Amino acid sequence: MAAKDSGGQSQSQRSRQDADAETTEAAVDPEIAERHEEITEEVDDLLDEIDEVLETNSEEFVRSFVQKGGQ
Amino acid sequence: MTVRRIMGTEIEYGISVPGQPGANPMVTSSQIVNAYAARPELSKGGRARWDYEEETPLRDARGFTYTGALYDPAENLADEDTGLANVILTNGARLYVDHAHPEYSTPEVTNPREIVLFDKAGEMTMAEAAHRAAHTPGIGPINLYKNNTDNKGASYGAHENYLMSRQTPFAEIVSHFTPFLVTRQVYCGAGRIGIGQDASEKGFQISQRADFFEVEVGLETTLKRPIINTRDEPHSDAERYRRLHVIIGDANLAEYATFLKVGTAAIVLDMIEHGAFDGSLAISEPVAELRAVSHDPSLRHKIELRNGKRVTAVELQQSILEQAETYCGADCDPDTREILDLWAKVLDALARDPFELADMLDWPAKLALLNRYREREDLDWGSSKLQAIDLQYHDVRPEKGLYHRLVSRGKMQRLLTDTQIIDAMTEPPTDTRAFFRGRCLARYPSEVVAASWDSVIFDVGADSLVRVPMMEPEKGTKAHVGDLFDRCAAAKDLLDIITAE
Repeated sequence: MAAKDSGGQSQSQRSRQDADAETTEAAVDPEIAERHEEITEEVDDLLDEIDEVLETNSEEFVRSFVQKGGQ
Repeated sequence: MTVRRIMGTEIEYGISVPGQPGANPMVTSSQIVNAYAARPELSKGGRARWDYEEETPLRDARGFTYTGALYDPAENLADEDTGLANVILTNGARLYVDHAHPEYSTPEVTNPREIVLFDKAGEMTMAEAAHRAAHTPGIGPINLYKNNTDNKGASYGAHENYLMSRQTPFAEIVSHFTPFLVTRQVYCGAGRIGIGQDASEKGFQISQRADFFEVEVGLETTLKRPIINTRDEPHSDAERYRRLHVIIGDANLAEYATFLKVGTAAIVLDMIEHGAFDGSLAISEPVAELRAVSHDPSLRHKIELRNGKRVTAVELQQSILEQAETYCGADCDPDTREILDLWAKVLDALARDPFELADMLDWPAKLALLNRYREREDLDWGSSKLQAIDLQYHDVRPEKGLYHRLVSRGKMQRLLTDTQIIDAMTEPPTDTRAFFRGRCLARYPSEVVAASWDSVIFDVGADSLVRVPMMEPEKGTKAHVGDLFDRCAAAKDLLDIITAE
């Protein structure tokens, strides 16, 4: 698609350069912040999944889990 | 030195019918076993019964046979008499009802990696059994949990068994295996919310089982549980072998936890058989220390030794490992080397920060999960939501079990692939008598009328049944008998060859 439209291509190149410049300028801090955010997001994502799969009424679920003793 | 020996695990699963805490667990456990028995490869002939002839669960390793009040008919009578379901699988395993729980006993294997393989195959078998039961008309959903307590005072077992030389004095096992068993929970504990048998005190502890052990040595398995169990049921030549029945472990979901649990035990038992320990690690109060170690996830608790020294559980394990390295020297097969290296790596990480192992071992994985959730929701250890997470970590359903959710996110390191585990649900190990048992059931389902660890009984239409004893666990392997199954289309042909030999 880009090969057909040379104008678009050069524009996209320019905007990529701008983006690169921004990243370089911003240097270290955002990188760490980004990684931190990623980890937090991942954890949140996992905890959200737990909320989804967890038996709906946890109090009732825990209370009714009654076992006979085994070995 | 080697980790290689005949071994297996026997896991009782927690069983629960949603919304019906009063459901009879004997009935629901039987429904689980029978649902699995409907698998095509198991329903070709009549179902083979369990042959109890050689079983003596009340014989004691110290030399006497127990005849007291503990006589348990469920252990001694054949399935049809008790009505409790039992099925022998084509991989050589046994799936049955024991003490109100469905239980999976792995086939006999020869090394720790295969224990993990068949232990996980058992877990997948339970998941499939529950799935099949839920789709059987007249049976509602039944949930299964690979854990060891209901947090209301009941516990059920995850046993290991190791074949040992009969020559080793039992007192040596008691002396040198005890310090190992008290402290190994730092890597093979499955984690538990609640302190005390009925979880009356709030908190998180390392082990599911620690609070349920009350004595150092004994025969019982269901009350006054001992750290060293004296049951002496070799299921093989009793003159040559003892089968050590280890009842103190937690059921593990994490593959590395099971791998290390049985691998290190096999190493320590080999050292005991060869007199490699000097007794300097003996613990003053093993039962109390077992609990104290479990109740301290910071791993800082100091255990008092009989020689007056005080060491952490990790330090005690490091001492055992050092002695193992010295004892082993350069004489070490690759399987043993792998366990020794992993053991060292895990102990080092535990000494630094247990959460480094949150992608490898159960209790750090579970605690990391609980801590994050606790932080986000600002909950205390008494919260039923946290207890639900604890329970659901052990749910065998891939879509519901939180361990399985971690695996599907690539958050747990694995030793095996799902394909390997699925194969192991039906294919026996090749290097023990389980191969013979499994293949007989797969090839001649109509003729095998009963089997046990040390026998297969055939009905080939003759006047009497033919019982093939298998007292030697390392015979009946693929190398020994593999070609017989290729040659013999009928069980009768097989028996003709075996009985002519």
